[in-house]
Amino acid sequence: MKLTGSEILIECLKREGVKTIFALPGGVVLKIFDMLHQQTDIEVVLTRHEQGAGHMAEGYAKATGKAGVCLVTSGPGMTNVITALADAYMDSVPLVCFSGQVSTSLIGNDAFQEADNIGLSRPCTKYNFLVKDVNDLATTIKEAFYIATTGRPGPVLVDIPKDVSMAKAEFTYPSSVAIRGYNPTYEGNKWQIKQAAEAIMKAKKPILYVGGGVVFSGASKELLELAEMTQIPVDMTLMGLGAFPGEHTQSMGMMGMHGTYCANMAVHYSDLVIAVGARFDDRVTGKVSEFCPYAKVIHIDIDPTSIRKNINVDIPIVGDCKSVLRELNQILKATVNGDQRELRKPWWDQIREWQQAHPLAYQQEPEGAIKPQHVVKRLYELTKDRDPIISTDVGQHQMWTAQYFKLAKPNRWLTSGGLGTMGFGFPAAMGAQAAFRNRLVLCVAGDGSVQMNMQEMATAVVSKLPVKVIILNNRFHGMVRQWQDLFYEGRYASSYLDTTPDFVKLAEAYGAVGLRANKVTDLDAVLKEAIATDKPVVVDVPTYPYENCYPMIPAGGCNHEMILEDPPELKRRMAGAPSTGSNEDKDTILTA
Amino acid sequence: MEHIISVTVENKFGVLSRVAGLFSGRGFNIESLSVAPTLDPSMSQMTIVTSGDDRIVEQIVKQLNKLIDVIKVVDLNESEFVSRETALIKVHTKSEDRAEALRIADIFRANVIDSTPSTYTIEVTGDPKKIEAIINLLQPLGIKELIRTGRVAIAREAIRPAVSQPKKVARE
Ligand SMILES: Cc1cc2nc3c(=O)[nH]c(=O)nc-3n(C[C@H](O)[C@H](O)[C@H](O)COP(=O)(O)OP(=O)(O)OC[C@H]3O[C@@H](n4cnc5c(N)ncnc54)[C@H](O)[C@@H]3O)c2cc1C
Ligand SMILES: Cc1ncc(C[n+]2csc(CCOP(=O)(O)OP(=O)(O)O)c2C)c(N)n1
Ligand SMILES: [Mg+2]
Repeated sequence: MKLTGSEILIECLKREGVKTIFALPGGVVLKIFDMLHQQTDIEVVLTRHEQGAGHMAEGYAKATGKAGVCLVTSGPGMTNVITALADAYMDSVPLVCFSGQVSTSLIGNDAFQEADNIGLSRPCTKYNFLVKDVNDLATTIKEAFYIATTGRPGPVLVDIPKDVSMAKAEFTYPSSVAIRGYNPTYEGNKWQIKQAAEAIMKAKKPILYVGGGVVFSGASKELLELAEMTQIPVDMTLMGLGAFPGEHTQSMGMMGMHGTYCANMAVHYSDLVIAVGARFDDRVTGKVSEFCPYAKVIHIDIDPTSIRKNINVDIPIVGDCKSVLRELNQILKATVNGDQRELRKPWWDQIREWQQAHPLAYQQEPEGAIKPQHVVKRLYELTKDRDPIISTDVGQHQMWTAQYFKLAKPNRWLTSGGLGTMGFGFPAAMGAQAAFRNRLVLCVAGDGSVQMNMQEMATAVVSKLPVKVIILNNRFHGMVRQWQDLFYEGRYASSYLDTTPDFVKLAEAYGAVGLRANKVTDLDAVLKEAIATDKPVVVDVPTYPYENCYPMIPAGGCNHEMILEDPPELKRRMAGAPSTGSNEDKDTILTA
Repeated sequence: MEHIISVTVENKFGVLSRVAGLFSGRGFNIESLSVAPTLDPSMSQMTIVTSGDDRIVEQIVKQLNKLIDVIKVVDLNESEFVSRETALIKVHTKSEDRAEALRIADIFRANVIDSTPSTYTIEVTGDPKKIEAIINLLQPLGIKELIRTGRVAIAREAIRPAVSQPKKVARE
């Protein structure tokens, strides 16, 4: 039977197991929406902005491990979703984005709402397709999902001209894909894996440097086995959080710019760095030439371009983490002898010393302003039994959440690492909630970031996505303010946000629940109320505005040279600063 | 160091811009790029002349391989290769220079492919040194226009096997 392009699209989505898409209509995609309207297998979450649709698809993808799907119209719909595509590209999130295009006969004519979608998205997608013939549509969609979800995952765009969505073709869904220029390597080179095993056996001070690749690969079990068998401490990148249980005694927590003292010291002084699914980002390496200066480096990554991009690697292994770790474990199981704990004792003694010297710390005065870290810590303690999914926006609150919200399992952590996209957190949480209607989904947001996609509160209410947004409201672009305090002599150029909007009233205006915790003593009760509420909730938590996030390695600095607290001159400068940052303090803040 | 990279790509709409975008987006050099279909019309062959230290060239080769429309990448510098370039040179020729122009063309085994009372258009093929040399000799006569194709290159039939990074055909 012949189907229209729009029907073919829907049939393909069903065959790919897509249950939910995030979408916003427009002229050239009306036919597709019309067909979506007449079926019930696929739920359409109508967003209020295409960037929201993109981030929701990302949240859906990160939480499920499957491709997220969004659908946008031509021209402005496409340009609006670009940020989400770029975000997904940087963080390797599997995404299939369908964009509408003007009819094939009009392409290139500056037609109404025409944009060069292929040109616009080329640098921020893994691949993109313009479908010029409805007969190619099904194969193209099959390839799009295949490319998005295999190898190093990433976003794929399928641009569908209006006439293609209306034209008819015989529908057959291909059962397999063959793309001669695309064949990711999953199995690691056996000889290299043996070399890695030997290096691990020889090492005295090894460290695992674990990244997002372990999450994508679903290799947490293999990682845990490796770490426990060899008693090697585990550092995680921001994207790797959850790949290894955060409460495990071998977890060093996050490494890098705002990583723990111990995680950074361990990697700096280690003699063998085992990088698994991580890409040596500059937020992790600091000054590249002085990154792990004493170590041999093993690098396991599915993408050959990640290897030796930033630093030299002694034992490169191209392959999927899960399969490589499995083989590695097998070899090690046969060779590991004696008590690894005993063998590693000197290294662990050193590590425990570092841990005790500078653990993560903050001071919460019982009567004083609420400290942001305290909010995250309480949120963690109050929710950990519920195995929540948690997203963040970008800024200080993101780093504190990374530090204090320990993740027990992968696919619970939604954050924007590579692009650092403010406005990511709230829609991403909604995407995860759409995938798991009954789970607890939290978003720790900044007062600045959350305003970048606040409009999606309407989506949350209407589409019944009861996410809990906890705003660490420091009245600042706090991360910017921190840099200004540390490196620009405290001149707050465009970082003060003032006290508007009233997030509680705003939530209420949208039909959501708004709560506020004014005092430390209110915090638990308010958080508990939010968690118990079966609707979208915004919890506004005014926090101490001048809290800085430490440890911190200044950009381009060395990993063992961390700033651990406000430097003396900053302390002196802040001595007269208002302590609460409440409304009345406004003038003082601006003249500070 | 200069490297010549031979890239087999899908002969499809937009592939050139993907390759060009890769080079510009990542700040890699392109000295020249030539592209034309292969014997199999579904594929095109690109010859890219680029430069960079070993780390950069390794990244260039890997990044090219990563492009989905790229079927095979060979860094020709890894083995012996021959390269050629063609130039079309339009020279002004006053009557007293015409014989000199022909003599120069002859030395370089170049052909005159167009002639007017005041110009010759000379076609010359060779390695870059040869092209530079003929240009230098013709310059005093007055070069009106110069078009170069950029280099194409091919591996010499292997005495030792060429080191390449071919991509396998997809399994599923
Ligand atoms: C304000 C801010 C501060 C930040 N501070 C820090 C910080 O202190 N510390 C920190 O770590 N990060 C920090 N980041 C994040 C940082 O910018 C990078 O996004 C992050 O370090 C990259 O993590 P990753 O190396 O795990 O790579 P990812 O981006 O997660 O990439 C995954 C890697 O794994 C590979 N891979 C994918 N799938 C597989 C598979 N199946 N098998 C094998 N390999 C696979 C990929 O090819 C890639 O190389 C910060 C970001 C922001 C916005
Ligand atoms: C879209 C976007 N614009 C600008 C930035 C630069 N930036 C990084 S953090 C930050 C401040 C974030 O403020 P807020 O959301 O309140 O978080 P806080 O640091 O205060 O916790 C800014 C402006 C960014 N990351 N993303
Ligand atoms: Mg803020």
